[in-house]
Amino acid sequence: MTRAINLRIGAGLVLVLTVAALLSLVWTPYDYTVLSVTQKFRPPSADHWLGTDQLGRDVVSLLMAASVNSLAVAFISVGIGGSIGTALGLTASAFGGWVETVIMRVADLGFAFPALLFAIMLAAAFGPSLTNAILAIAFINVPIFTRVARGAANQIWTRDYVLAGRAAGASQFSLTIDHVLPNISATLIVQATIEFAVAILAEAALSYLGLGAQPPMPSWGRMLNEAQTLMYLAPQLAIYPGLCIIAAVLGFGLLGDGLRDISDPRLARARA
Amino acid sequence: MQVFLIKRTLGFLTTILAISVIVFLVMNVLPGDPSVTILGIDSSEDARAALRAQLGLDDPIWQRYLHWIWGVAQGDFGTSYFFRVPVGELIAERLPLTLSLAAFGTLATVVLGIVLGVIAAANHGRAGDWIIMLLSQLGIAIPAFWLSMLLVLLFAVKLRWLPPGGFPGWDEPVAALRSLILPTTALALVQSAVLARVTRSSALEVMRLDFVRTARATGMTRGRILGRHILPNALVPIVTIVGMQVAAVVTGTIVIENVFYLPGLGRLVFQSISNRDLFTVQALVVLFAAIVVTANFLVDIAYVLIDPRLKGRLS
Repeated sequence: MTRAINLRIGAGLVLVLTVAALLSLVWTPYDYTVLSVTQKFRPPSADHWLGTDQLGRDVVSLLMAASVNSLAVAFISVGIGGSIGTALGLTASAFGGWVETVIMRVADLGFAFPALLFAIMLAAAFGPSLTNAILAIAFINVPIFTRVARGAANQIWTRDYVLAGRAAGASQFSLTIDHVLPNISATLIVQATIEFAVAILAEAALSYLGLGAQPPMPSWGRMLNEAQTLMYLAPQLAIYPGLCIIAAVLGFGLLGDGLRDISDPRLARARA
Repeated sequence: MQVFLIKRTLGFLTTILAISVIVFLVMNVLPGDPSVTILGIDSSEDARAALRAQLGLDDPIWQRYLHWIWGVAQGDFGTSYFFRVPVGELIAERLPLTLSLAAFGTLATVVLGIVLGVIAAANHGRAGDWIIMLLSQLGIAIPAFWLSMLLVLLFAVKLRWLPPGGFPGWDEPVAALRSLILPTTALALVQSAVLARVTRSSALEVMRLDFVRTARATGMTRGRILGRHILPNALVPIVTIVGMQVAAVVTGTIVIENVFYLPGLGRLVFQSISNRDLFTVQALVVLFAAIVVTANFLVDIAYVLIDPRLKGRLS
């Protein structure tokens, strides 16, 4: 019962966020690229629902535009990292033996680098950019998906239908594509949803630190960075972007939890 | 047992070595020429060539790696391009602050996380449980840097109880500790959210077991059952998470130091990025990654100490 609530709240938050992001591609209340000296630091009003920032930009419009950035970064980085990780995990599971050992050892190594460290390295070597932030977040997803995919795939390989396929002469590759991958996809989707939440949090932190989205690209993390210097002057600017980050992270986190409970009801009961 | 320790130690050292190779490769397949960074764009080609020779930048990459790692093994991390002093000195100056922050953060995380988790488990299904779980769900979603800003807004800007940032130095111990209160809180609140959840579910699992029911039937007090029977048996998953959290707290200090303008290693790494001070960044990334790996290594060892059953299986 409570689990269904998780799923509903999560799905609701994600839906609102996605709609806001898609809408901002065609319409925002104001053009967030237009600066106005006379309109800066306006309090919330009927015209500007959440007021304006230090450059006179409409805060609602900025937050909407920034949601595109958050979702896109999460989608691309988890997509890249997840695909590579899944491919590695499936390869490890299909071949076993020394191939599996080598892949899993390398994946273990990946866990030694939190996204922040990797982003720092890339920023020092190539200069800070959103691309480097995406690469860093993608990188930390690789070992996670390698582990998850291999663990789930190893179970599928023992199933009767896989044995039957093998007896019929199917190759390891076609067994992996036809039987293993479809049967572990639910697990992978659940993991991806949870990693979305992690990626949004990571993008916000990296952009806040100046290692992610660069001006003038709107980003929740960067908005918070700018708000910090104005904390005595306009504390409200430090509130809204943070609330957006929480809503996004909470949304994907709850959605992932909810989906996992549906795909594996035994877990839900054990945790209740 | 000995075999296990030797194997783990070897694995640990190999990992550290592998990390140093990866970091060195990423940092050294650069498009830019460090000699230009150091001497400036106006420098003459002769001067650059001389500096490259001095720094050994013309050598093949494997030779440069061996040279570097041999130095690191002897405590020589190279010389900072920007500060013109040994990187080891820069690190030594700032390490105490970062380590104190990490230690306070870890301690506060463990205490808060386990206490909240146990309270939630003991009140399973009641209001206390719900409130703690709700808060921890929020805590997992809050960016630590934003929580820091909120703490500054409340305790420094509005109430003026604590400084908004900066560090007066250890010569003024009281002021120094005061300036670490908000950073420690920010680190611990976020991390303890995860730990509280794990502690709760682990304790709940143990509570269902027969020996707890037996203990209860013998008339033991709740506190005694909790301390003697439930917690020791719930410890393995808790330790796993604590190990991961030491790593998270240590990397968390990088972010938090930048929010609160604390002059530790986290600030140094960002100064070094903007100064393109590669040797310093390289040393710091390896150092941070090594701390993460060490934390995991210690957790592996701790398992055996906590759960004597593992000893038999491992030998």
